[in-house]
Amino acid sequence: MPSEHIVSSFDTDLKEISRRVVEMGGQAEQLVADSVQSLVKRDTELAQKVIVLDGPIDLLQREIEEKSVLTIARRQPLAGDLREIVAAMRVANDLERIGDLAKNTSKRVLALTGEFHPQKLVRGVEHMSSMVLEQLKEVLDAYASREDTRAIEVWKRDGEVDVLYTSLFRELLTYMMEDPRNISLCTHLLFCAKNIERIGDHATNIAETVHYLATGQLLTEERPKQDTTSLTAVPFPS
Amino acid sequence: MNFAPDTSIDIASAVNRATAPSAQPKLKVEKLNFYYGDNHALKNINFEIPEKRVTAMIGPSGCGKSTLLRIFNRMYQLYPGQRAEGKILFDGGDLLSKDLDSTVVRSRIGMVFQKPTPFPMSIYDNIAFGVKLHESLSKSQMDERVEWCLRKAAIWEETKDRLHTSALGMSGGQQQRLCIARTIAVRPEVILLDEPTSALDPISTSKIEDLIDELKQEFTIVIVTHNMQQAARCADITSFFYLGELIEVAASNEIFTNPREARTRDYITGRFG
Repeated sequence: MPSEHIVSSFDTDLKEISRRVVEMGGQAEQLVADSVQSLVKRDTELAQKVIVLDGPIDLLQREIEEKSVLTIARRQPLAGDLREIVAAMRVANDLERIGDLAKNTSKRVLALTGEFHPQKLVRGVEHMSSMVLEQLKEVLDAYASREDTRAIEVWKRDGEVDVLYTSLFRELLTYMMEDPRNISLCTHLLFCAKNIERIGDHATNIAETVHYLATGQLLTEERPKQDTTSLTAVPFPS
Repeated sequence: MNFAPDTSIDIASAVNRATAPSAQPKLKVEKLNFYYGDNHALKNINFEIPEKRVTAMIGPSGCGKSTLLRIFNRMYQLYPGQRAEGKILFDGGDLLSKDLDSTVVRSRIGMVFQKPTPFPMSIYDNIAFGVKLHESLSKSQMDERVEWCLRKAAIWEETKDRLHTSALGMSGGQQQRLCIARTIAVRPEVILLDEPTSALDPISTSKIEDLIDELKQEFTIVIVTHNMQQAARCADITSFFYLGELIEVAASNEIFTNPREARTRDYITGRFG
């Protein structure tokens, strides 16, 4: 932010909103990492923890929204201040959805307790999630430092996540055909993969918001989408 | 901070972005300098006011925005020691030229002030007074004219049954709308509004803002305001003045979300006074 406002409590309000978004980002990031861990390690205890810890994230989102609405009503922010608040509300929304998706992944871990669980099947999901986590970390850093170039990098890299998701989709379908005992696990894994892919999409939404925050311009260019799973079919081996 | 004049302001393109399809400039200020005695109040202003649009002028007290408004109306000529250099083109003529009759200028470029200034006479006569100076109308024509401009100023319903009572008995908001009615009664081309709502309550303010929106169909409007939200709501184009210089002109929706100049940004977000 540039120089301070004449009304110093306005600065305090804006900093507080931004601080809470960063805090929420840290929590969401941890939640995603834990949910993937709980899946890979089949750790039901960790999964339970993730489900519970989604609550505080939802709470933070509501707090940020209330505080933002109040600041708009009280201060009538303009220019960079207005973008600051709009960005905080948008990022908080994305983070709240990210928390929900992590929670959903962990719920599936609980559903899979006792299922046949060959480790090689989760490798692909693990690999994809490490990529998405990196994206999330990078975009949250970009938000904290208001760095447009870093945000744009994240935005461009989402295509790689989509490519990985599409290949994972094919891989899991193949496993199901190979051995019907895999079907239950693979179906859940597909949903987990979709969750993680969606988290990647939310990271790119945040990147778009950071771009708007930093430059005042909307990213109107169409993002290169490479998730082709809706067009993918794997023929049954004869 | 560096306050050197910025000559890179691309007024034409800002105006085009704000007013597409294109609006012709109604007033064109060229290299305008203005002095109150030794005080150099406006420094090399180049500025266009597009026709049938609302142009807002904002800036801290003493930045020269009201001075510019008063120059458009030739009010400065009433005071010795005040002088203007440069040109203000208005329909091909130069507003600053001595050849133009001030009374004629003021009938074509009307002005409404910060505090409502009704004449101590009836509502009807407040309006008829100015009209009589320029036109000789029959009684019925005058009645029509009074009704027309009171309707335009959205105050007809409130005044039609008391046209011959004193205007001083009206509320502040009504008085201000009467002043606007009086201004448009002589059918000017440009209306200058100098902080027209700063002495009014929110409801009267809303009515005047609504009126501004209505009037821009027919008139070119220039408004000086200290209320940033008002400029954002009413104006197509907003210009920011600081210490006698024109810092930035842009479409209002740009200037209030993403101003280009650091000084504009600091001012509209309340970072310096």
